[in-house]
Amino acid sequence: MKLELRGITKRFGALVANDHIDLVVQPGEIHALLGENGAGKSTLMNVLYGLYDPDEGEVLLDDEPRVFAGPGDAMAAGIGMVHQHFMLVPVFTVAENVALGHEPVKGGGLIDRAAARKLVKEISDRFGFDVDPDALIENLPVGAQQRVEIIKALSRKAEVLILDEPTAVLTPQETDELIGIMRQLKESGTSIVFITHKLREVRAIADRITVIRRGKVVGEASPTSTEQELASLMVGRSVSLGVDKGPAEPGEETVQVRGLTVIDPAGVRQVDDVSFGVRRGEILAIAGVQGNGQTELTEVMLGLTQPVAGSVQLDGDELVGRSVKEVLRAGVGFVPEDRTIDGLVSEFSVAENLVLDLHDVPPFARSVQMNLAKVRANAEQRTVEFDVRTPSVEAAAGTLSGGNQQKVVLAREMSRPLRLFIASQPTRGLDVGSIEFVHQRIVQERDHGTPVIIVSTELDEVLGLADRIVVMYRGRIVGEVPGGADRDVLGLMMAGVPLAEAQAQAAAHHTTLGGADLEAEHGTTTEEADR
Amino acid sequence: MSTPPLPDPEVPPPAATGTAAVTTTDEKPPPQGNTVMREILSSGWLVTVLAVVLALVLSGVLIAAADDDVQAALKYFFSQPMDTFAAAWSAVSSAYVALFQGAVFDTNAETFTAAIKPLTETMTVSIPLILAGLGLGIGFRAGLFNIGAQGQIILGAIFAGWVAFHLDLPAYLHLPLAMLAAIVGGGLWAGIAGFLKARTGAHEVIVTIMLNSIAVYLIAYLLTTPVLQNPGSTNPISPAVPKSAQYPLLLGDSFRLHAGFIVAIVAAIFVWWLMGRSTIGFKFRAVGANPHAARTAGISVNASYVWVMLVAGALAGLAGSAQVLGTDKVLTADVAASFGFDAITVALLGRSKPLGTFFAGLLFGALRAGGFAMQARTGTPIDVVLVMQSLVVLFIAAPPLVRAVFRLPAPGPRKARAARSTTKEVAA
Repeated sequence: MKLELRGITKRFGALVANDHIDLVVQPGEIHALLGENGAGKSTLMNVLYGLYDPDEGEVLLDDEPRVFAGPGDAMAAGIGMVHQHFMLVPVFTVAENVALGHEPVKGGGLIDRAAARKLVKEISDRFGFDVDPDALIENLPVGAQQRVEIIKALSRKAEVLILDEPTAVLTPQETDELIGIMRQLKESGTSIVFITHKLREVRAIADRITVIRRGKVVGEASPTSTEQELASLMVGRSVSLGVDKGPAEPGEETVQVRGLTVIDPAGVRQVDDVSFGVRRGEILAIAGVQGNGQTELTEVMLGLTQPVAGSVQLDGDELVGRSVKEVLRAGVGFVPEDRTIDGLVSEFSVAENLVLDLHDVPPFARSVQMNLAKVRANAEQRTVEFDVRTPSVEAAAGTLSGGNQQKVVLAREMSRPLRLFIASQPTRGLDVGSIEFVHQRIVQERDHGTPVIIVSTELDEVLGLADRIVVMYRGRIVGEVPGGADRDVLGLMMAGVPLAEAQAQAAAHHTTLGGADLEAEHGTTTEEADR
Repeated sequence: MSTPPLPDPEVPPPAATGTAAVTTTDEKPPPQGNTVMREILSSGWLVTVLAVVLALVLSGVLIAAADDDVQAALKYFFSQPMDTFAAAWSAVSSAYVALFQGAVFDTNAETFTAAIKPLTETMTVSIPLILAGLGLGIGFRAGLFNIGAQGQIILGAIFAGWVAFHLDLPAYLHLPLAMLAAIVGGGLWAGIAGFLKARTGAHEVIVTIMLNSIAVYLIAYLLTTPVLQNPGSTNPISPAVPKSAQYPLLLGDSFRLHAGFIVAIVAAIFVWWLMGRSTIGFKFRAVGANPHAARTAGISVNASYVWVMLVAGALAGLAGSAQVLGTDKVLTADVAASFGFDAITVALLGRSKPLGTFFAGLLFGALRAGGFAMQARTGTPIDVVLVMQSLVVLFIAAPPLVRAVFRLPAPGPRKARAARSTTKEVAA
């Protein structure tokens, strides 16, 4: 089926999310929609899927204009969507989830479970998905859940499949499997719209690439374009993709984590006997797929939760057992993984957010009386220093863009004299410009001689920033590798494969993206190409 | 055509399972602890005013419908429709005129004193509403839905009453001591809920409701014991409050207005300072708006819960003291009337801000004071006032509804959707 979007315009108040966007997806084509966060990719797909009405423009299927009042219409017309956040019921089986909304019924209004199961089996076998129709969703790994979503779309006879940031939750190996699935679907004639902001992926998979910036189509690119070209097109200026940093000059080891173990209320060992050290002037990255204990590890280091065993020592002082306030005052800077939840009070002004931790100490307060003039002056200074773009320091933090919000958090956490800096997912959801800025600041902090811990699920970030990398899997540390290690080895370790075995496996078989990585490096002959 | 379901663009759907952990490149919504409360507190002044107008209009319909003349005229509506409208107009206008005369300025009064008496009555009635409303407002902004003002008022009254009846002191000591006792009584009672929430996670709504019940029976019981009962009486009523423990009258003996009103004004200024200028209020607000971020920044959320309840209870306790030491000058089981519940409405209407709460308290005081006049002069049941109050809350709680009724443009993309869906319905 040929899909065409013609002149789609969607406004939200004064904001033009989509500005006369034209897009043609040919049958059996993998079409990548590349753009930064907030460029309008998701809005466009929501228009296509019938979730929004366009203010202007039309959707054509096989050259026939169509109007969708809702996702139901879109599905009936053969459009399937796999959302970034899966729409599955965790306590239902695969078959039940696939049937949900389209339940096959037999006499008496009973659900025909056998038919639902057969349907799943059929599609699963056709594409080699290896999904058990009777498995409960909650017991499946993320990659398998995603396949269930794809089966769901295919079971509704989707001819155009929209994948919204499908690789965000996958390990490199799972991503590799997804790429295989996408190619199979393409061969069977399904068109795929692949939404992403990851350059590496589009080059590996897409037949055609449409780049969107600030709600407008800014160009088409072929998959043979270099990452540098794609990035410049996406951002609108030339950007440096790597992190600009000199070699680390590590000092003495001032941070020691020993045998840290966290058990959650459900009895699960979220952090299992974790030990590592960080030296002054080095960046240690903790890599791993989301949900393998990294969050709990940082929380326990900050004093938000208490471990059942283990110790965290900073310059010989024990941090375990201290309150968050004491840990912060001991010189720990902390950028939480989710700034909107743990980092900022959205209703508070930028100025208030900048003193969230220091609001009750001089110069911002004398006993209980706050000095609002000092709070304001501090904000004026920090927003300039950290290049926070805000209409005023009195603006609510929630009204800022993600990048500027993160800069506020960073400005606050770096405003105290630090003895340890911990940043969790420091660039998640940020635009390329902000990512550069944040990385630069983190490297600067390292160069001041602060021990830095970065927790990240993004391999690119880990590889770009880290001087040393430890990989976490199911609460344990799988192994340690030096910065700039092999992508495939890291990917395998993130799936729980021990270091030696990972190295052997990676040598035997490179993943598509890992391969693309090598190719890219040879092609562009960057200074790291010999790595 | 019906409007298609409109998922909120700012709220991505939740991740399906625990294992499908949320790795996202999109912005996630801030924690939706108290969405309704947030919506109420963030709506504009215009919406608040329009909500009151809308409530008055709808109550007018109710007044007309309940009026005998209107009902009589309705029987021949199709032959003489204008009769019905005329009767309705006269019923509604006379009711509202009586309400105004009973609440603000009595144009029929012979003397100036009599003419402004309604206004002073409004002010007197508003004292407990303002004080308790200020306390509740602090709780709302700190993320605590404290609905225990009723019990806290009662405990404040019990403590103040005990000091008033059992101690014999000069006025410059007696009244302050009685007020202090009220603060302690109300504060401790609310503090129980705060402590339980902080230590055990018990929800403050449930706990404060239960504490309300306990307070009601506690005062009924104490009024049958020597602790509060008038010696020699068999009725559940206390002795009269001695002059030394009474709030002084502000405008002489012909008016009931007492110094409790000054206390309310001072309290409003105090709350403004506390919430806007002090580190304590900063913590309260941070915890209310986002407990996760507050905790991560080293603010003790649990300590904040306890302190919020102590302060809120202290203010409600003062409201109780205003009743027993000022307005009633005697303690009965009915000391709190429905002030504790009306104060919730007052705090919501005032959007939990001190100035707003002050005026909302005056408005509700006026409705209450005027309601009696309305019933006496026009036979309109005072229950209409209750309906009116409820309607105000209903509209305040549904800003999109008010905006839709008045075709208001809504600020921000989120609200633009609401406006769009209504225009779409109109077009359909």
